[in-house]
Amino acid sequence: MALNYDQALEKYEPTLGLEVHVELNTNSKMFCGCATEFGASPNTQTCPVCLGLPGSLPVVNAKAIESSIRIGLALNCSITPFSRFARKNYFYPDMPKNFQTSQYDEPICVNGYLDVTIDTDEGPKVYRVDIERVHMEEDTGKSLHVGGATGRIHGAEHSLLDYNRAGIPLVEIVTRIIPGTDKYAPEVARAYVAELRDILRSLGVSDVKMEQGSLRCDANLSISPRNSGTLGTRSETKNVNSLRSVERAVRGEIIRQANRLESGERIIQETRHFQEESGETRSGRSKETAEDYRYFPEPDLLPIVADPAWVEELRVALPVKPSIRRKKLQEAWGVPDKEMAAMINAELLDTVEETVALGAEPTKARSWWLGEVSRLANEKSVEPTSLIQPSEIAEIIALIAAGELTDKLARQVVEGVINGEGNPSMVIEKRGLKVVSDDSSLMVAIEAAIASQPETAEKVRSGNIPAAGALIGAVMKATGGQADAAKVRELLLKHLGQA
Amino acid sequence: MSREIIHQTAAEMSAELASGNVTAVELANAHFDRISAVDGDIHAFLHLDREGALAQAASVDASRKAGEKVNPLAGVPLALKDVLTQKGVPTTCGSKMLEGWRPPYDSTVVTNLKKAGVVILGKTNMDEFAMGSSTENSAYGTTRNPWDLSRIPGGSGGGSSAALAGFEAPLAIGTDTGGSIRQPAAVTGTVGVKPTYGSVSRYGLVAFSSSLDQAGPCARTVLDTAMLHEVIAGYDPKDSTSINAPVGKMVEAAKKLDVKGMKIGVVKELAGDGYQAGVTTRFNGALEALLSAGAEIVEVSAPSFEYALAAYYLIAPSEASSNLARFDSMRYGIRIGDDGSRSAEEVMKMTREVGFGKEVKRRIILGTYALSSGYYDAYYGSAQKVRTLIKRDYEAAFAKVDVLVSPTCPTTAFKIGEKSDDPVAMYLNDVCTIPVNLAGIGGMSLPCGLAPEDGLPVGFQIMSPAMKDELMYQVGGTLEAALQSSWGQPLYASAPTLAVK
Repeated sequence: MALNYDQALEKYEPTLGLEVHVELNTNSKMFCGCATEFGASPNTQTCPVCLGLPGSLPVVNAKAIESSIRIGLALNCSITPFSRFARKNYFYPDMPKNFQTSQYDEPICVNGYLDVTIDTDEGPKVYRVDIERVHMEEDTGKSLHVGGATGRIHGAEHSLLDYNRAGIPLVEIVTRIIPGTDKYAPEVARAYVAELRDILRSLGVSDVKMEQGSLRCDANLSISPRNSGTLGTRSETKNVNSLRSVERAVRGEIIRQANRLESGERIIQETRHFQEESGETRSGRSKETAEDYRYFPEPDLLPIVADPAWVEELRVALPVKPSIRRKKLQEAWGVPDKEMAAMINAELLDTVEETVALGAEPTKARSWWLGEVSRLANEKSVEPTSLIQPSEIAEIIALIAAGELTDKLARQVVEGVINGEGNPSMVIEKRGLKVVSDDSSLMVAIEAAIASQPETAEKVRSGNIPAAGALIGAVMKATGGQADAAKVRELLLKHLGQA
Repeated sequence: MSREIIHQTAAEMSAELASGNVTAVELANAHFDRISAVDGDIHAFLHLDREGALAQAASVDASRKAGEKVNPLAGVPLALKDVLTQKGVPTTCGSKMLEGWRPPYDSTVVTNLKKAGVVILGKTNMDEFAMGSSTENSAYGTTRNPWDLSRIPGGSGGGSSAALAGFEAPLAIGTDTGGSIRQPAAVTGTVGVKPTYGSVSRYGLVAFSSSLDQAGPCARTVLDTAMLHEVIAGYDPKDSTSINAPVGKMVEAAKKLDVKGMKIGVVKELAGDGYQAGVTTRFNGALEALLSAGAEIVEVSAPSFEYALAAYYLIAPSEASSNLARFDSMRYGIRIGDDGSRSAEEVMKMTREVGFGKEVKRRIILGTYALSSGYYDAYYGSAQKVRTLIKRDYEAAFAKVDVLVSPTCPTTAFKIGEKSDDPVAMYLNDVCTIPVNLAGIGGMSLPCGLAPEDGLPVGFQIMSPAMKDELMYQVGGTLEAALQSSWGQPLYASAPTLAVK
């Protein structure tokens, strides 16, 4: 009988650590001047240096160093006064030099932390995630395995190599073991990556698109019997391409490991690949025999000695931390925790903020973006922000406030904008979506309603106000929904002597 | 020897070109003729670029004709060691691995040569990936010493030194990781300079040991070497280890012919047992000449030099094991075993098995071992400490003297095959040159006579502090003038005449 998550947690406690690789969004590569555009034709963004041609030499991208230092500072790290690149030696066809220029025992940033908050059974709880190091390295190329059923190297007929990605600057952020996560390990993992992503985005150093691989998370996880005081053998799960996947991968790995131990098997030290469809992990490269990378200081590059004054300048110029910014926004907008969390989870906080900045009322802005626009985006499987501009939502909200649109009409305007019929005023014009607020034309409809439902009208006259609903409904129907319901009610009650 | 234009120095050729007595095209053709006549025996060249050379020569002639100001070396021919990339021209590094590879880019040295209008005749033979002291490790056959065709021309840059001694070119480029410019110069009676590390760009120099490799000028005279030095040296943003400082005035220094009041230190540790008698005799003779010219000669001790060879044979192979990892058949060079049935890893293994020679494999294995976890500190780590000690020995010595001197190598040219089965004996040939590379300073070898017992050239090494390469040109130029006046002619003029075919 397989253990489920809760059963697994009853017997075992998890130990979690995370490694995040971030592709920096510098214009050029880590050690050469090649472009870093995503999605270019294979091998069009290469040169002798990133192809590792004989005789070529690396030159460090100064912007990448600056970005790395800013990341370190934002994560409360110490910037080391002297750091160095090292060569990590191993053979792989998509690695042009068969060594990766990385940092080993002398990384650029060390000893930081990041606080993340998650909801627990006892309410919100803060976990401090200690950052061991932040270091720079270059990305490898990409292998495309052709033939074979799986697209994996096993069973492929041949492989193609694309070196466009080779030499793209990467920053690796490594946590220490995150203590005390227990059953919340999946949530802590997700919250950490989410918070980290927000910080990186606020720094503007990376596109942080998990689905494109510009932010990649490896989850290191082991479990051990409760109160055993030991650490189990860990696995390293890769291919985790969304925040949701981070959570699922950790959860799935806890269940897998517990069931293995239950059935008397041991955990193999290995990399595992997360499977988006099943939520499970698949075995990858074994790490049982410790690989010897034969690190040594890169003789082709000089050590990095960051001027303390410059580091201070970078520190002072750091943007407001996302957590502080969120707190400020929440206070200013007066929205409850739950709504705030919904905006953050939907990645619409920036968009809502922008809409509010254009004059929209915060609750309205939130509800339009998370409601109607998200619903339509979901249907089309696209990002809400790709459908409509914050300025357009702000305009629609303003029209509602001015009484020129009803909610129902406004939804049609949104639909029109998304269908490419132009901006909101053009859609209103074309579709004739103006609110009917002219009293005399409304009165015609009201009188018609009274004439067709004389008994109902009598009830209202005699003080049964709720009965007016049926008459209002008829008026709204007659006007095709373009009337302002509140106005109809006001006129109707007045006409029947109740106001 | 009847004196033809090919026997002139580069400075003389430069003057002939400037006065219009000869054109660059004529000069290039004269050298191609000479190469056709003698290179069958010498085998200095792996590849000739007639078309490129003659086009460059014609372009220089046109510039001169149009009255444009050109570099003094514009139109003077040069032999390029096959370890530097030249766009579109085969670059093999003496290895089967790179057979057929034509690099898509110029090394910075080549860019500088082209800019100066120097005419590159072709690529010269070398020990595979610059690993060796005899060119016997070339995958394309051994180069022979024009002084005695049964002997080695030195290595790894034996092709370049033999081309100079055989009058196949007046100028050559070498690279020096542990003595690969200076030892070949010594055994062929020519001049070779390893500049201060970082003063000549390594961009496009196929790396053997990145922290030691340095390209440098080779010629038959100190002045010619100085002229070439000024052409190839200079800051290069493409090489992160390049020094951002102006190039010193090497030509001016070479022409000073004055060492009065200079202090010259003789390194005590680079003498004694293992040094051929004739080497010591000629070295001492050169010291006499410097003394007569007004220099002060003192003995200096450098106790850490004892460990230099051991440290070198850990550092250089370690870096090489990593530098040579890229030769995996995936992107360029030969590919073995790719028949559709084998994995990339198997193809890599088969290619490296076939593509690399014995000495290269030996050093890759040595270096891989030295960098392995658990051995790193004892080997690579200790070697780096020795390196620091050697630097300190030099600093202490240069606090007392202007330059240091020693024989360039303990012996004259040995016989082909004599040491090929004994790598350690081969390595010992570099005992005097290696400390210079470990410290990153400048070193020059120039001829100081023929050893009485075998009639072969003996090399005299001058070492100058980092970024003070002018000093070795000053001392070298003075010594060369003094010795030539005592011999009545340059040493190279007494080289045996080669059979012309």
